[in-house]
Amino acid sequence: MADELQMVLAGADERDLTKLSEYRAIGGYALLEKARGMSREAVIEEISSASLRGRGGAGFPMGRKLSLVQPPEAAGKPTYVVANADESEPGSFKDREIMSRVPHRFIEGCLIAAHAIGSAYVFIYIRGEYLAEYEVLRAAADEARDAGVLGDVTLVIHRGAGAYICGEETALLDSLEGRRGQPRTKPPFPAIQGLYASPTVVNNVETLATLPPIIEMGGAEYAKLGVPDSRGTRLVSISGHVERPGNYEIENGTSLRDLIYGLGGGIPGGRALKAVIPGGSSTVILQGDEIDVGYDFNSLLKLNTAMGSAGVVALDDSCCMVQLGIRISEFYEHESCGKCTPCREGTRWMTQILRRLESGEAVQSELDLLLDVCDRINGKCLCPLGETAAVAVASYVEKFRAEFIAHVDQGGCPFGESSPLHDVLAPVAVHSPAAVPA
Amino acid sequence: MSSLQDEIRAAAEPYPDKKSAVMGGLRLAQNEYGGWLPPEALVEVAEALDLTPAHVQSVASFYDMYNLAPTGEHVVEVCTNVSCALVGAQQVVDAFSQELGIRPGETSEDGKVTLRTIECAGGCGYAPVVVLDHRYREPTRPEDVRAIVEELRNG
Repeated sequence: MADELQMVLAGADERDLTKLSEYRAIGGYALLEKARGMSREAVIEEISSASLRGRGGAGFPMGRKLSLVQPPEAAGKPTYVVANADESEPGSFKDREIMSRVPHRFIEGCLIAAHAIGSAYVFIYIRGEYLAEYEVLRAAADEARDAGVLGDVTLVIHRGAGAYICGEETALLDSLEGRRGQPRTKPPFPAIQGLYASPTVVNNVETLATLPPIIEMGGAEYAKLGVPDSRGTRLVSISGHVERPGNYEIENGTSLRDLIYGLGGGIPGGRALKAVIPGGSSTVILQGDEIDVGYDFNSLLKLNTAMGSAGVVALDDSCCMVQLGIRISEFYEHESCGKCTPCREGTRWMTQILRRLESGEAVQSELDLLLDVCDRINGKCLCPLGETAAVAVASYVEKFRAEFIAHVDQGGCPFGESSPLHDVLAPVAVHSPAAVPA
Repeated sequence: MSSLQDEIRAAAEPYPDKKSAVMGGLRLAQNEYGGWLPPEALVEVAEALDLTPAHVQSVASFYDMYNLAPTGEHVVEVCTNVSCALVGAQQVVDAFSQELGIRPGETSEDGKVTLRTIECAGGCGYAPVVVLDHRYREPTRPEDVRAIVEELRNG
């Protein structure tokens, strides 16, 4: 059975690490002092040798990201650190745990990153819904400021206001600059031209909270944990049909089966596992028999899916995959920012076709139409939102094709009300009454 | 300059560009104006930050947490995204609907409670998630709903 390995959450079970004194008692902020005693290049080198990859979804090597940022003297502009705490991916709730249980470790990581790129600013963009987490974080930041830990760094906690798209880094930057959160064209990438058109690193909460342990143990030691291309630990959110949902910090490469049946406690009610969303709603679904795979970047890539933001959702055999498609498609339809036509219109089309399949109105060719619509979104937008919707829903069709065909053949849903995803009222359906069957 | 505008200007101070404070400004204005943003609130935010009201409206209309119409005294939000739905979120929605006599998107006749469904609130492991006036209540079961509504009506 899988074991937990706590590095980001280390000490939080024993002590109240939201308090500065408690965090100091386990060596807190000593790593920041250590990093500040090192040259910027040496800090980046440690992070590079740790092979730390971003924990937000894209998995970009953090050392490389930092090394792309020109220091302020060379750029002739200030540089900025932006922490992406806009966690909104369905299935992921790990950053929330970090902010509410080890806020100082997260802040320490932000300050280490600020030192690495010579930045006098740290912006933490936290989703607006996370009010309790904001309060904990703000109290921790105030304590750190009063204790002189911040040095000459200005730390700003910026609250979002409910928009999934703001988790996309360029949309986040636009939002932070006081506009609608809509993605920008890339290039230029934020490392070259980010916040206020200055060199900026944008990193996920967990990635930043991993910096203190890396400085503590050294990059080379850290890189001994995990598997090639996925080093160290990962905080995994497990939810859906499992006995013990929650966040578990594990060594990268732990088997997905162990996550679901070991730490997660297996499927309730003696039911069979039908499918697993492995890395949040944006990822390609796995069938219940595809879980003998390491939970790491490369192993999941071999199955054409991804760790994403590490949200594992288990679905038992009572679930209808067309209903799942509707609910996921409705989510992306609601959250599409509207900037790119294929995403704005395509997600709406996807929902409509899926609804026709579910109600039994669809003919066989509409299944091809659905995949065609997905294909017309892929690769045609500024950001991955529409594309992930398309890829995820297309994977339900591909892996559960017989079930989709049965909806056409039987003129309706074989599951109906017995599936927990039946007639779930999504926000997008509330806002457009025409979409709701009376 | 009103005290709200002083507050908004103060919130803008840490930012290199005060325009960044428009989101915080809208939040402050929404609290000040009783939970929603009438046109005059948008104008106040715009004046405080030297922006046009049109720009402020473009921001206010983009984000789900800004209300451009009045709400009830209390707002009940039920997450119906996948992880919550798998463990009975729709039954929780139905229970609130029945108890309040309204559908999601509506406000109860006494003006006390607005009911909404929302997208993933980041509480998938503690599902179903209900958010009561911005505070998470995790998990919330259909059988909890009657007492919650009673408390909101009396509160």
